Amino acid sequence: MSTAIHPAAAFDLEPVTEPGSEQLLEIAMGPQHPSTHGVFRMNVVLDGERVVRLKPVFGYLHRNHEKIAENETYLGSMPYTDRLDYMCPLTNNWAYALAVEKLAGIQVPERAEYLRVITGELTRLQNHACLIGFLMQDMGASGTPLMYAFRQREIILDLFEALTGARMMCNYMRFGGCRVDLPSGWLDHAKKVVAEFPRFLDEYESLLVSNEILMDRTQDVGVLSKELAINAGISGPMARASGVDYDIRKVDHYSIYDRFNFRVPLGSHGDVYDRFMIRVLEMRESLGILQQAMRDIPQGPIVDPKTKIRGFRPKPGEAYGRIEAPKGELGFYLISDGSPNPYRYRVRPPSLINLTILEDLCLGRNVADVVVILGSIDIVMGEVDR
Amino acid sequence: MNLETVKSEIEANVPGCRLEIVANPSPSGQHSLLLDTQHAAAVALYLRDAPDLRFDFCSNVTGIDWPDKELSQKVKVRKLVDGVEQEVEETRTTNIPGNLEVVYHLYSVEMKHGPIILRMRTLDRGTGVHLPSFTPIWRSAELQEREIFDLYGVIFDGHPDLRRLLMWDEFQDYPMRRDYADPDDYEYEPTAHDEVLQRAQQHLSQANPAQFSEAEGR
Repeated sequence: MSTAIHPAAAFDLEPVTEPGSEQLLEIAMGPQHPSTHGVFRMNVVLDGERVVRLKPVFGYLHRNHEKIAENETYLGSMPYTDRLDYMCPLTNNWAYALAVEKLAGIQVPERAEYLRVITGELTRLQNHACLIGFLMQDMGASGTPLMYAFRQREIILDLFEALTGARMMCNYMRFGGCRVDLPSGWLDHAKKVVAEFPRFLDEYESLLVSNEILMDRTQDVGVLSKELAINAGISGPMARASGVDYDIRKVDHYSIYDRFNFRVPLGSHGDVYDRFMIRVLEMRESLGILQQAMRDIPQGPIVDPKTKIRGFRPKPGEAYGRIEAPKGELGFYLISDGSPNPYRYRVRPPSLINLTILEDLCLGRNVADVVVILGSIDIVMGEVDR
Repeated sequence: MNLETVKSEIEANVPGCRLEIVANPSPSGQHSLLLDTQHAAAVALYLRDAPDLRFDFCSNVTGIDWPDKELSQKVKVRKLVDGVEQEVEETRTTNIPGNLEVVYHLYSVEMKHGPIILRMRTLDRGTGVHLPSFTPIWRSAELQEREIFDLYGVIFDGHPDLRRLLMWDEFQDYPMRRDYADPDDYEYEPTAHDEVLQRAQQHLSQANPAQFSEAEGR
């Protein structure tokens, strides 16, 4: 059985022996290719324009994040989590804080939970808006839709900067709460941003949803079945586009999501168009959650006063904590041996696991569709390669 | 969901399997099941397909390295010292062999419950690092098992495409093991000498003793 290991270098694909194989062309898409969203390579075998085989090659951005974290204190890893999925630093912070809170049994004050929900849902808004922009860019709508999305993203990043001091590397969550409270006037400004966001969405949707070119390029492209999505561990908007009714906010009842009224949009075809539409609909639901959270946020402490910051040593044991990040299920698995740094620190990266089925989606499609399918999966290489 | 009842249900339905509950003292209370490697695939298949369990979603797959430990104990022994029997304190060291562990976190999308945590352990950290692959049962293990093979050196029997995932294919050694020694940065010092050369040789001899002795003889 051990012969299953392929000693062959990743450069060499298995030789193609089908009849007519002399017609096949083997090319490397990436790593420096604008459509690969970072440094990511796909070794593709083409028959004309048709994809016969596709093998993703990872590791160009690998820095062994997990090993760094094992040599770092618990809190010392918090800024590193910003760099995983650098589009959504706040949800990364949140997932890590949640795992440590499970490991050490820390309670989070009410106001801090609200702050987490507000910043987390704002993160989801800007991630989904940008993803749609990138997807349009991949389809050849160069510039305009992406700039529309980025204009909106900047407004949200300004809010992050006012709150945390940084646009992207926020380092905001702490074990048992958050680092700083809202500055004065922040909430009113954020309410205004949320109130004006639907105007952008309406405009965006009117441009895109029934756009003939978009429909032609995305409908029935990259169809992912419900069964394969579950079996391959696909999570987040990508799974829900295939009709998998699984949202960790609803299933795990983590944080205070039980208090908000929101729906989980589901797709029916599992194609690229559904994945695009799911994100549009999820943004609307996030806006609803934001409005409710901003209305209900109570006064109070923002961090658990009993949690030690210096000399933080959880008792020996292990914990797995996960949240519904914008890209899917983001989990952290920690083992403590009672020392100040974790014995084992593991990130469950949704981007990497969602790439498991990339070849299945692309086989038999054209090269141009590969770009669109990859765009719809929503990957960030900082998280894939860690 | 109670792990005890799941355990007894598996034992009733998978004949011959040996399961053990690994207690987790942390407040998370996530206890896990230790599988024996012979029946692991059958147990996993049962967990996935049993109508009241339906663990169809394998969320997270992780490796852990537990290196060999030396346990030193001070024991009092009666001994003849210079012809007189005396009580002497002696330190006895016992070597506890280490192993590599793989952990699977399973959830059920259909029944919306979980997690159930499975563990498997290799015989040792040297040649007995074979474990059955769960990729034929859950596709989501495909890339994650490749990652564990890459970073820990666990060989998953039955994995369809077991190659390195994050490191390059020619890379030796397993970076996530606890006793891994950093390679020296050859990029800045293409012809290693003096102190750097010593460290480089030390690293090479650890990474691949057989190849190193050949290179030395040259």
